[in-house]
Amino acid sequence: MKLELRGITKRFGSFTANDAIDLVVEPGEIHALLGENGAGKSTLMNVLYGLYHPDGGEILIDDKVVSFAGPADAMAAGIGMVHQHFMLVPVFTVAENVELGHEQTKGFGILDAAKARREVTEVSARYGLSVPPDALIQDLPVGVQQRVEIVKALIRNAKVLILDEPTAVLTPQETDELMEVMRTLKASGTSIVFITHKLREVRAVADRITVIRRGKVVGEASPNSSSAELASLMVGRPVQLTIEKAAHEPGDVIAEVDNVRIVDDAGQVVVDDVSFDVHAGEIYALAGVQGNGQTELTEAIIGLRPLDGGRITLSGRDITDSDVHDILRADLGYVPEDRLHDGLIGSFTVAENLVLDRYDSAEFSKGPSLDVGRIAANARQRVEEFDVRTQSVDAPGSTLSGGNQQKLVLARELSRPLKLLIVAQPTRGVDVGSTEFIHRRIVAERDGGAAVVLVSTELDEVLGLADRIGVMYRGKIIGEVPAGTSAETIGLLMAGTVPDDLPARLRDPGATATGSRTTVRTEEPL
Amino acid sequence: MTEVAAPTSALPEPGGPDPAAPVRRRRALGDNTIVVTLLAFVAAMVVGAILIAFSDPATRSASAYFFSAPMDTLRAAASAIGRGYAALFEGAVFNPTTAARGTVAGIFGPISETLVSATPLILGGLSVGLAFRAGLFNIGGQGQIVAGATCAGYVGFAWHLPVVIHLVVAIVAGMVGGGLWGALAGWLKARTGAHEVITTIMLNYVAVNMLGFLLSVKGFQRPPYGQAISNVVDANARLPHLLGSSLRVNAGLFLALLAAYAIHWLLTRSVLGFEFRAVGANQNAARTAGMSVERSYTRVMLIAGVLSGLAGVTQILGTNSAITGDIDAGIGFDAITVALLGRANAGGTVLAGLLFGALRAGGVQMQSSTGTPIDVVSVVQALIVLFIAAPALVRFLFRLHGSGAGAGQGLAKGWNG
Amino acid sequence: MSTAATTRPGDEVVIHRVVEKPMSTRRRVGIGVAISVLGLLSLLLGHNAQAHDARFDLSQGSEFFHVPDLVLPVAATAYVIGIILLAVGAYQAVRGFRPRGLRIAGTGIGALFMLAFLSWAASGGKGSTIDLLGVLENTLALAAPLILGALAGVLCERSGVINVAIEGQMLAGAWAGAMFGTLMGRFGGVLTALVAGALMGWLLAVFAIRYLVNQVVLGVVLNALSLGLTGFIYDAIMQPNANTMNTPQVFQPLQIPVLSKLPLVGPLIFDQNIIVYLMYALVILIQWGLFHSRWGLRTRAVGEHPKAADTVGINVLRVRYVNVILGGAIAGLGGAFMTLGSVGSFTKGITSGNGFIALAALIFGRWSPKGAVAASLLFGFAYELQTLLSLVAPPVAIPSYFLAMLPYLATIFAVAGLVGKVRAPGADGEPYVKE
Ligand SMILES: Nc1ncnc2c1ncn2[C@@H]1O[C@H](COP(=O)(O)OP(=O)(O)O)[C@@H](O)[C@H]1O
Ligand SMILES: [Mg+2]
Repeated sequence: MKLELRGITKRFGSFTANDAIDLVVEPGEIHALLGENGAGKSTLMNVLYGLYHPDGGEILIDDKVVSFAGPADAMAAGIGMVHQHFMLVPVFTVAENVELGHEQTKGFGILDAAKARREVTEVSARYGLSVPPDALIQDLPVGVQQRVEIVKALIRNAKVLILDEPTAVLTPQETDELMEVMRTLKASGTSIVFITHKLREVRAVADRITVIRRGKVVGEASPNSSSAELASLMVGRPVQLTIEKAAHEPGDVIAEVDNVRIVDDAGQVVVDDVSFDVHAGEIYALAGVQGNGQTELTEAIIGLRPLDGGRITLSGRDITDSDVHDILRADLGYVPEDRLHDGLIGSFTVAENLVLDRYDSAEFSKGPSLDVGRIAANARQRVEEFDVRTQSVDAPGSTLSGGNQQKLVLARELSRPLKLLIVAQPTRGVDVGSTEFIHRRIVAERDGGAAVVLVSTELDEVLGLADRIGVMYRGKIIGEVPAGTSAETIGLLMAGTVPDDLPARLRDPGATATGSRTTVRTEEPL
Repeated sequence: MTEVAAPTSALPEPGGPDPAAPVRRRRALGDNTIVVTLLAFVAAMVVGAILIAFSDPATRSASAYFFSAPMDTLRAAASAIGRGYAALFEGAVFNPTTAARGTVAGIFGPISETLVSATPLILGGLSVGLAFRAGLFNIGGQGQIVAGATCAGYVGFAWHLPVVIHLVVAIVAGMVGGGLWGALAGWLKARTGAHEVITTIMLNYVAVNMLGFLLSVKGFQRPPYGQAISNVVDANARLPHLLGSSLRVNAGLFLALLAAYAIHWLLTRSVLGFEFRAVGANQNAARTAGMSVERSYTRVMLIAGVLSGLAGVTQILGTNSAITGDIDAGIGFDAITVALLGRANAGGTVLAGLLFGALRAGGVQMQSSTGTPIDVVSVVQALIVLFIAAPALVRFLFRLHGSGAGAGQGLAKGWNG
Repeated sequence: MSTAATTRPGDEVVIHRVVEKPMSTRRRVGIGVAISVLGLLSLLLGHNAQAHDARFDLSQGSEFFHVPDLVLPVAATAYVIGIILLAVGAYQAVRGFRPRGLRIAGTGIGALFMLAFLSWAASGGKGSTIDLLGVLENTLALAAPLILGALAGVLCERSGVINVAIEGQMLAGAWAGAMFGTLMGRFGGVLTALVAGALMGWLLAVFAIRYLVNQVVLGVVLNALSLGLTGFIYDAIMQPNANTMNTPQVFQPLQIPVLSKLPLVGPLIFDQNIIVYLMYALVILIQWGLFHSRWGLRTRAVGEHPKAADTVGINVLRVRYVNVILGGAIAGLGGAFMTLGSVGSFTKGITSGNGFIALAALIFGRWSPKGAVAASLLFGFAYELQTLLSLVAPPVAIPSYFLAMLPYLATIFAVAGLVGKVRAPGADGEPYVKE
């Protein structure tokens, strides 16, 4: 099946997310759509999938114009999509999710569960995508959830499969497996639109590459182009792919995390006896695939989550049972991974957001009253210093772009002297320009003598910034390696495998297996 | 690549006529909350008019032969509506007939009644509105009013203190009663996550039953114990009348205005208010910034309860002089509509309280002079709020453009959050 | 302990580590103490008993065979129950039940305590026989509108629309049932009640789904609207013409042949009016359909994750409209039960908060039909208890006001987590906007 998009335009209000985009996907090819965050890739694919209605342009299948009123039409036309954020109902089983909207019934709308299960098993066996039909989605790791999504599309006989940033949640090894699946599908005649902003992957698997910038197609490239070429095409100017930083001079231990254990509400052990320390003037990176306990661990350090065991100290002071307010006052800065959710208040002004954790300090209040003048003055100064692009300091935080919102949060946290800075996913969804700025500020903070904990799922970011790297896997720091360790080694650790030749510092050798490709098995301890 | 002109932001041609001007004017109108509120009022009054006509026996009997003489029906309806709304106006603002007598009561009577009705509505509206701003839904006005009125009333009739002191103590008692009743819901949410919508509704019933019980206990109940009514509040504990004893308007009005000013300051200028607003707008970010969301819940509901308690105070120390089972008089629920109409800010709530107070006062007059059931006022109130909560509908009805969000939009949405 | 089995490529099964978080000591001991207090209370009741025996009447007389009265020695019964409860309380305080066990134990504890309490109440002298069958029949009658209201809530909230307007929907149904029941006959009344409830449901749907009004706000306003409108019509035309407008014929119980002759369950379950039979059917249909039909799967999907449903081609908004309107109709039926099934006429605000109790039952019952039924029966029993105690005159008079508070207090305890954490459908209350 040949798929063609002609002049697709899509606006959100006055913002044009897709601007007359043309794209041709030939039968049986892997077509990569490359572009920065916010370039408009997902929007384009949502138009193609019938979720959004385009403001202009047309879609052609085998040279015939089609129009989709909704996803049902798109699916009927042979288009399948695995969304960036999975579209699975967490409390449903795999089989229920797969059959939803495509139900197997015994007539009269009565579900035929056995048939649905059989169908799932069949398709997953045919393409080598093993999924457990009766498990609940919420109990499955993201890698398996992704396979469920692919099965979902294949069961509906997708001829064109759209994969929207499928590798964002995968380890390098899982990414390789996914690429294998993509090649299998291609061999069976399915075309694939592969969306990503990671250069390595495009070059590894794509037959053709279309680059999108700010809603427009800016060019086509061949998989043989160099990373630097692709990057500058994507960003629109030459980019520096490495981060400059001076040699690392660690000072005293600032923060110590000692045998921390966290059990979540569902009873899962999400952080399992983790210990590490961070020195002044050092960036310690917690690497790992999303969902291996990094989020919970940082939330515990900042005091947002109670521990189920262990101890945390900051400059020798035990902060295990302190609340967030006291911990922030003990010179800890925190940039949460989800800025819109945890980092700022969309309806508050830029000025208010800049004092969100200090509105009640003597600096910004007079007794029970706010010092509105100081709050405004502070805002003007920070906006200037951190180059936050906003119409005014009285504009609501929600009107800023992702990169500027991130700079806003960073400006707030870095506006006071810090002993420890925790930054989680500092550049997720942030444009390249802001990314460079944010990286420089993080390094500057380290050089100023603060201890920095960087949580990132982006391997490049970790390799570029970290002085020391702890890799988390299933709630444990499975290995701790120095800067300069190869990406392969860290990738293996992220997948839960400790390479034989690695002199890793393992706190809890009994809990992890060594060897080349062993899966960790942990049993119920009680 | 060609630039696609965005139709919504077309610039006017210099010099030439601007084709988009009417659209833009209608958009400006449609985005204006005051305009939308006024139109919502108009739309609700139109529905009210239909109900008035419907309840008029003359109109109904004329409608039996509508198709042979439609004008009869329309004339009867017009007359009924005219009489109904005239009576509403006379009851709420100014009545020429009574004013002609030249007495203070004759001239200011309607206004006095409006202010008397508005006073507890403003206080209750502030209570609900404050909770809104902190992301909480206080449906517990009824219970808090009952608790406040009960405490204030008890101090008012059971204790005997000197002038001024008695009043102050009784007011404080009412504030404490209402405050604790409100704080209970906040505390339950903070400690256990129990959703305040459910707990406040349940606490309403608990309070009403508690009062029912008290009204059956000697010492609280008034002799000869036949009726469920309490002893009479001492004169010392009554809120003074403002325009002489012939008019019911009393110092409770000042309490309400004072409270409105205090809430305005709290929400715009205070450290505590910053915290409340932050918790209301994004509790995750508030928590991450070191605020204690749980503590805020208790505090907000405490203050909200104090405000509702004050509404109870004005009911028992101002308007009435003895506690009965229906001391709340539906204010707890009407307060929700007041807060929504007032868009949860203090000034708006005062205006909304005055409007609904006027409707209440006028509704009584309308019922007594034209026989239109007073429930028409409840319908009009509900419709006003329904329309302002759905500005898109109002814009559709009046063919305006615009995109503003409705009242109550920023509240927590589900039971889980 | 529960495990989640997952497969990875190569088909290795990895067991996630799942531990059951133990209940906090405070909570465990607190619940244990609460149970023990009930035990002590039972002992006290036994001590205070006046007559020797309590007699419970369990038959109506029309059954195949006569069920003999249950006669219990009051003091002994209460003492034994007291001791059992103390033991259970001690076990809970020291060891603690698992959450599931606690729920089962809780039901047993409640039933036992009630037995002790009723025995004591019956020992007061005046009417020392308690017509237990009658009590249960009344419980069901009082619970029926709650059950229907809660089912309405299940439909709406499972599809993602919060329904605080159950009260208003019931009120509309009660009004339409009475007025049109008088004008068009009682079946016409039921039909119009369904329509009136559905119309209220439609209003909820339109404003929630299309105009994105906050759904709790909306529910409160719709209740006020319904109360105002029905009150207005009542004052304007029903009350002045009560004979021609407000005297519907009430549905009489229909005995199901054979089944109604069974002891206990016969008169209780199979000797009811048509609305109750309709209710049975709805409970079964919704409970089963929610989990075994295409409608149920889609409804739940839309309530949990509307976007996921949308991406597989399900019309989210339509599913919501349908469920909310159906829910409104069912609540309307609940209202009709009040006017056509029991009272026989409409008065202003006749539902008197039943819709809110139904909402509480929905939450207490964790958004499941069968849970809602259980909660509604509990609340119905608490209502009935008030009547009962005014009839039998227990040794110590208990002000009816405190009994009246019981359902509300129970609900507060329930949502405060006494019965474990409740979780609403994932997208409950969130409007779905595509772009
Ligand atoms: N529903 C929406 N409403 C308004 N703006 C949107 C919406 N979805 C995406 N956008 C904006 O459109 C741009 C493109 O987004 P997206 O297609 O998600 O980018 P990509 O997938 O390439 O990272 C972004 O600037 C984003 O903020
Ligand atoms: Mg995207």
